[in-house]
Amino acid sequence: MGKLTWSAIPFDRPIPMAASLLIAIGVMTVLALVTWKGWWPYLWREWLTSVDHKRIGVMYVLLALVLLLRGFIDAIMMRSQLAIAAGGAPGYLPPEHYDQIFSTHGTIMIFFMAMPFMVGLMNFVVPLQLGVRDVAFPVLNAVSFWLTASGALLVNISLAVGEFARTGWLAYPPLSELQFSPGVGVDYYLWALQISGVGSLLSGINLVTTILKLRAPGMTYMRMPVFCWTALASNLLIVAAFPILTATFGMLLLDRYVGMHFFTNDGGGNAMLYFNLIWAWGHPEVYILILPAFGIFSEVIATFSGKPLFGYRSMVVATMAICILSFMVWLHHFFTMGAGANVNAFFGIATMIIAVPTGVKIFNWLFTLYGGRIRFEVPVLWAIGFMVTFVIGGLTGVLMAVPPADFVLHNSVFLVAHFHNVIIGGVLFGAMAGYNYWFPKAFGFTLDKRLGAISFWCWLIGFYLAFMPLYALGLMGMTRRVQHYADTSWQPYLIVAEAGAVVILCGILATVLQLVVSIRTRDARRDLTGDPWHGRTLEWSTASPPPHYNFAVLPRVDSLDALWALKQRATRTAGPPAARVHYETIDMPSNSANGFITAFFAVILGFAMIWHIWWMAIVGLVCAVLTLMAFGWIERVDHEISAAELEAADIARVRKAGLA
Amino acid sequence: MTSLAAPADAAGVPQPMEAGGGGPAPVRIVVSYGFWIFLLSDIIMFSALFATYAVLSGRINGGPSGHDLFDLRSVAIETMCLLLSSYTCGLGAVFMERRRLRGFYWFFALTFLLGGIFLGLELREFASMVARGAGPSRSAFLSAFFSLVGLHGAHVTVGLVWLAFMVAQVAARGPRDFVLRRLRCFSLFWHALDIIWVALMSLVYLMGAR
Repeated sequence: MGKLTWSAIPFDRPIPMAASLLIAIGVMTVLALVTWKGWWPYLWREWLTSVDHKRIGVMYVLLALVLLLRGFIDAIMMRSQLAIAAGGAPGYLPPEHYDQIFSTHGTIMIFFMAMPFMVGLMNFVVPLQLGVRDVAFPVLNAVSFWLTASGALLVNISLAVGEFARTGWLAYPPLSELQFSPGVGVDYYLWALQISGVGSLLSGINLVTTILKLRAPGMTYMRMPVFCWTALASNLLIVAAFPILTATFGMLLLDRYVGMHFFTNDGGGNAMLYFNLIWAWGHPEVYILILPAFGIFSEVIATFSGKPLFGYRSMVVATMAICILSFMVWLHHFFTMGAGANVNAFFGIATMIIAVPTGVKIFNWLFTLYGGRIRFEVPVLWAIGFMVTFVIGGLTGVLMAVPPADFVLHNSVFLVAHFHNVIIGGVLFGAMAGYNYWFPKAFGFTLDKRLGAISFWCWLIGFYLAFMPLYALGLMGMTRRVQHYADTSWQPYLIVAEAGAVVILCGILATVLQLVVSIRTRDARRDLTGDPWHGRTLEWSTASPPPHYNFAVLPRVDSLDALWALKQRATRTAGPPAARVHYETIDMPSNSANGFITAFFAVILGFAMIWHIWWMAIVGLVCAVLTLMAFGWIERVDHEISAAELEAADIARVRKAGLA
Repeated sequence: MTSLAAPADAAGVPQPMEAGGGGPAPVRIVVSYGFWIFLLSDIIMFSALFATYAVLSGRINGGPSGHDLFDLRSVAIETMCLLLSSYTCGLGAVFMERRRLRGFYWFFALTFLLGGIFLGLELREFASMVARGAGPSRSAFLSAFFSLVGLHGAHVTVGLVWLAFMVAQVAARGPRDFVLRRLRCFSLFWHALDIIWVALMSLVYLMGAR
């Protein structure tokens, strides 16, 4: 069994043991419940083998929410450790465990929380907004999702079997080389991210193709909703950046498994090469996450202000400008490497330039709100909280873009405060806004407003409590990734930060409660019209939840904000015009177990490679390839939906919505 | 909301559209287009390795350099095989377009043979280098060399398996639409390997052998 023995399970360490037992009991309970209730056939048919972009999007978001809990537990453990480990106190987490926790926290939050959340929302919304029936490659979409889930599974297995990396979330060499990290931690990290990275890449290709090639008749580029534009930019970045990540991790794997010398200290290797490569992916990754959030805020602000988005064209130009500029700033992550004053100056200025299109966006949102009839629903709260918070995070970013200032602040908790400021205040707030905004579209009922607002306020206040002290601490000289510290004057700040984490915990609990309460009271909060927010774009023109074919007849688009324009016309002519709708028989892709089975073997392959169980790795690889080939051999049979069936469903929908 | 569907659909009269407003593209276009995007991402992965090779090519760690190791005659034969195989692949595709299956089989068999020779020569080169103590763990230069050239070789291997799979599919299913779409993707893939090889031959072998 390679390196795998019973000693891999941490019987002697109570915290990981208890945590993994808890997770195991949780998973077992869910599986037992599903078995006992006889839900397996339903789950298999409707979810596990589904190729419907809406179902896949929902599963992505669910994965993200579950891992948000996991990543947050890591976060609050770190904050608690630092709140007590002052002076001579050791705290309760030993250093080797603390190092694993901050590595896991970063890895999970970026790769398995923020990424699936954004990819899930894009998957769900983009085809609906484009007025089409699915993404370009529905089966590939399922493969992408299940590969992402496989990576998440491997990271969580590491809790119970073996260990996780202690190298930080980007596994810098030479620390991550075999010489200094001989355990399986880095291998868990690398294989989990290689597998989920392939998933991300395939999903990027899928959405780029969808947006560029599949749009409703009449939807020219300049009539696409802004969210589709930001999704396009984000997925172009995925296509351009993730292959670099795959290549970089591939080289580190070759160093570790075959004894090559890419990034080693000896043999002529060059660790700084890794820094350049990983950030050539890493900086675009930041924009992969934030651009869809910008899109969500654009949709939310326009909808709830009851106005068209101010400066649509400038928004599109700003989005694409950020898309390109994001590839020209990676060196600002390591100004202190010593590339020279001129190089640092170039990248410093390039970084500051990004603030220009971002500022354009902020002003566009402000001008959209200005003079609007703003309805303070939950998504708007997140959007306004974002605008205030993100500007602060952006300002500290521009500050650190000045190389001399960065030399002082590099690797301090000022940096930690900065990137949490933009990632929580930007990406997470965006994800939560999108979650509250599109939830009724996905499930046909709205989320509880009061609990949603409580969740927002807890997150907002908790965020400021948790991270503003870190700015101060950074200026006081506290470096990141310390497990304990001698200077007791830091402790009050860290206790405030701990209190902030507790307030955020309340926000997370409120989100969970919001979901539970909303499900229990769903009959009272049904959305029968399909348009609960008085929306502007096409996703609100179909039923909530939409039929699996989305639209009985593809909508025809003749302006921006197609649904809004239609509603305006309908108001003018007093009631919807009795158009002669021509229904046609359509083909929809049938379910496929391809994604689930391939991902299953990918987990086996990854696990076997981590533990050097070569026979099992070969079995996993061969089976995964054979699965793909077998599914490739079978001609896919689409199922047909007849025109009569579509017409009947459409008439029922219109009647239910009270439109006819 | 039903009125979103335009009456023009019923009349079947296509309305003049601005660029990009013509509705969803046909499957044939979508598949090839998506595959193009995949190829671009693949080329980016290679570019990361090219950049790495450029940085590490001088780091020979006291071991052999490209000048000591590269046999340009063998590389010339490899190049001829791969470029010719693209030509035969193209001819096979032309025969397929005309539904002349016999010609298709012949030319795809020839493509497979040429690709196989290329791969054999590459493996022979690798084996002889390892035998001379110039394996991938000897120096950073050799790590970068084996990874870059090896990644291309791995792509050729995948291409050969895919080629065999496609021939089997044509034999079993005949020239059906979905088979033709995949054949088009395969051709794109095979030609892309040529483009990468040309860059690889110039940057690694021609510049390295000096």
